[in-house]
Amino acid sequence: MANKLIVTAAPHITGEDTTQKIMQRVCIALVPTLIASILIFGINALILTAVTVIACVVFEYGYCKLMKREVPVGDFSAVVTGMLLAFNLPATLPWWMAIVGAFIAIVIVKQLFGGLGYNFANPAIVARIALAVGFASRMASYPFPESGVDALSSATPLAAKAGSEAYRALLLGTHGGVLGETCALTILAGGIYLIATKVISPTIPVTYLGTVAVLSLCAGQDPIYQLLSGGLLLGAFFMATDYVTSPTTRKGKLVFGIGLGVVTCAIRFLGTMNEGVSFAILLMNLVVPYIEVLTRQDKLGIAKVKKGGAAK
Amino acid sequence: MYYIKMDKEKEKVLGKTNTPRRTAAAELRLFLGGKTENRLRTVLQILSKQYREVEIRMSKFFKRSALGAKVPHNKHTSHLETVAMPLPSKIVLSMGQHIGAPAAPAVAKGDQVYVGTVVGKAGGFVSMDIHSGVSGIVDGITTITAPNGAPQTAVVIIPDGKQTVDPDIKPPVVTDLKSLQDAVRASGLVGLGGAGFPAAVKLSPKNLDEIDMLVINGAECEPYITSDNRCMQEDTDYIIKGIQTIMKYLDIPKCVIGIEANKPDDIKKLSEVTKDMPIEVKELPCTYPQGAEKVLIETCTGREVPFPGLPSDVGVIVMNVTSVAFIAKYLETGMPLVTKRLTVDGDIVKNPGNVEVIIGTPIQELLDFCGGLTDEPGKILYGGPMMGTCVADLSQPVLKNNNAILALSQKAAQTPKATNCIHCGRCTNACPLGLSAKEIARAYEAKNVELLYELNGDLCMSCGTCSFVCPAKRPLAQTLALAKIMMKNGGKK
Repeated sequence: MANKLIVTAAPHITGEDTTQKIMQRVCIALVPTLIASILIFGINALILTAVTVIACVVFEYGYCKLMKREVPVGDFSAVVTGMLLAFNLPATLPWWMAIVGAFIAIVIVKQLFGGLGYNFANPAIVARIALAVGFASRMASYPFPESGVDALSSATPLAAKAGSEAYRALLLGTHGGVLGETCALTILAGGIYLIATKVISPTIPVTYLGTVAVLSLCAGQDPIYQLLSGGLLLGAFFMATDYVTSPTTRKGKLVFGIGLGVVTCAIRFLGTMNEGVSFAILLMNLVVPYIEVLTRQDKLGIAKVKKGGAAK
Repeated sequence: MYYIKMDKEKEKVLGKTNTPRRTAAAELRLFLGGKTENRLRTVLQILSKQYREVEIRMSKFFKRSALGAKVPHNKHTSHLETVAMPLPSKIVLSMGQHIGAPAAPAVAKGDQVYVGTVVGKAGGFVSMDIHSGVSGIVDGITTITAPNGAPQTAVVIIPDGKQTVDPDIKPPVVTDLKSLQDAVRASGLVGLGGAGFPAAVKLSPKNLDEIDMLVINGAECEPYITSDNRCMQEDTDYIIKGIQTIMKYLDIPKCVIGIEANKPDDIKKLSEVTKDMPIEVKELPCTYPQGAEKVLIETCTGREVPFPGLPSDVGVIVMNVTSVAFIAKYLETGMPLVTKRLTVDGDIVKNPGNVEVIIGTPIQELLDFCGGLTDEPGKILYGGPMMGTCVADLSQPVLKNNNAILALSQKAAQTPKATNCIHCGRCTNACPLGLSAKEIARAYEAKNVELLYELNGDLCMSCGTCSFVCPAKRPLAQTLALAKIMMKNGGKK
């Protein structure tokens, strides 16, 4: 018996949180928004979400099998990507286009760069941008709930004129848009759930939304309307807080959030495009490695030295 | 003049208080009874103080998160009184039970030894004598495997059952600092919190006149372990006596006892007895690792120990509660460190508890005393599950600096499979020292020593927090330990 004892280095216990549990919580946080989108856009929303989720999981499984990599079975990260991607698509989008989006997200952005934890940008955001550029007219044809599912192509709420009664419509989601960005209330509920379960820290959403509100005021825009419309809330709570493509330190998160707000407002107020969130997140994703290096924490007992001075 | 008088009066009232709540109550009484101008002054003082505190907190907020880890406490044995274990069949005294040079055996096979006899002579300044805890005959000098895996000389003694005390044992005469240091050196005391740093060295700082704070560590942040907790309950008077002795001879004006909030009984008991002394009992948050020296100093005094450096560099001496209690006991009886209170626990120990055990007792006999194991063991640990070391075989002895022996089942001993890092940043935000474990681990894999220095990889104290919080179950603390070795070797694994 004496020689059967296991000998390893400390620590000998680990916490209860796992990658799988974290991803499951993100899925749970997205469910209210999914239900809201089904209520608003009909069963098409559910089918579209199912298609992207299944496509993402199949692509992940297939690619890992093909490359003889270990299949990350059940870590739920592909499910999260699938749901987020669906939430970025209009309900009327043809399924094959959604599958193309899933391919871009999982195979091109995630797996080609090394799989979970190695993607340079948020897969769902890149897929959305690719689809928006590739299938511009279909991606911009937002169905209006009032006039049935197969609705006319119309201006997004951002392009429409702002009115005071529009707040209610924006909160409840009874306006045109992609699946996941219409109902502000459910997105907020999901975000608060994620913060409460410590999956995300509130720093990024708060600084992002705060920056947009302040800049809107400065630019003479209606801040509440700016916060509630478009993909801002979905982006702030679910896409910008993606672990892999956001900074880890408090300082870094602050810089990241402010940067997102500035880029979003610049695109919204100065550019010709209505929606700045996707491009803002993509752009800021790309500078995350630099933010990380420049915003490291102060270490206990280490006097601040000029760069390069620490190395001997 | 009037203000000076006021301040003196205030000091007279406040001087008697020692807990924050009492101080606040006394201040309120002074405030309500004072004149309008004084009230205004007090309000302004409080406001400026609050502002300063907020400012400090904000700067700290962005300095480093240092959230620590919410480890499970598992303090099942905290209410169990210490029981003394009867004589073992033999004791094995390792010559390396402390940080520093190992001791040299001072006895030979066949020698008669008594309780308290020196069997190992200190091998230098940073080293310690080893004493026998039994009377009996030396069976021989052997080699055992130390917890770090290296071979270590050990003296084996077979007890004769009489427990005759060595005739040379008598209470030391302590009249000044030098005699206190000599006494502590002769007692064989090492830091009983776990590190095993010779206590006499701690009490001989180079900058003695700069030391203004004694910090007593009663945090006991490791899961399962309750031996310090039992010490605070059972040896309260000795702790206070020990603290007073050190404060007197080292001329230290202030003392803080840090205790984690999960031990409210200890906080209450020690606050009561230290009411009229310049000793503050500080409640520490329940986040591992509060008991780590640097973290404890920061929480208790707000001072940051420089790296590389010692607590004395910021005017602090840190000692464990059990260590100070032992010093007081030693000054009373003259009996060196030959027994130790240990928590024996884990998911497969039949009767967990706190046991007063003779140092050198084989672990097998200690476990048998606790009713044996209910299942095949997976791991047996010296110390807690966060920083403890694995025992390779059960014939290994109990060491001076042990505070627990844990037995974990096969199931509990399994290491979960590591998956890809998802850059959640939990390791970075949890590290009590502000290190970024994921970055250091990556620099280690890339063998980038320059980057390791930039990231201060050598600052790591291997507390295990990063590994514990990692959702991908990556062995971060273990990798960081390897990175430290790589830094020492200049780039070789």
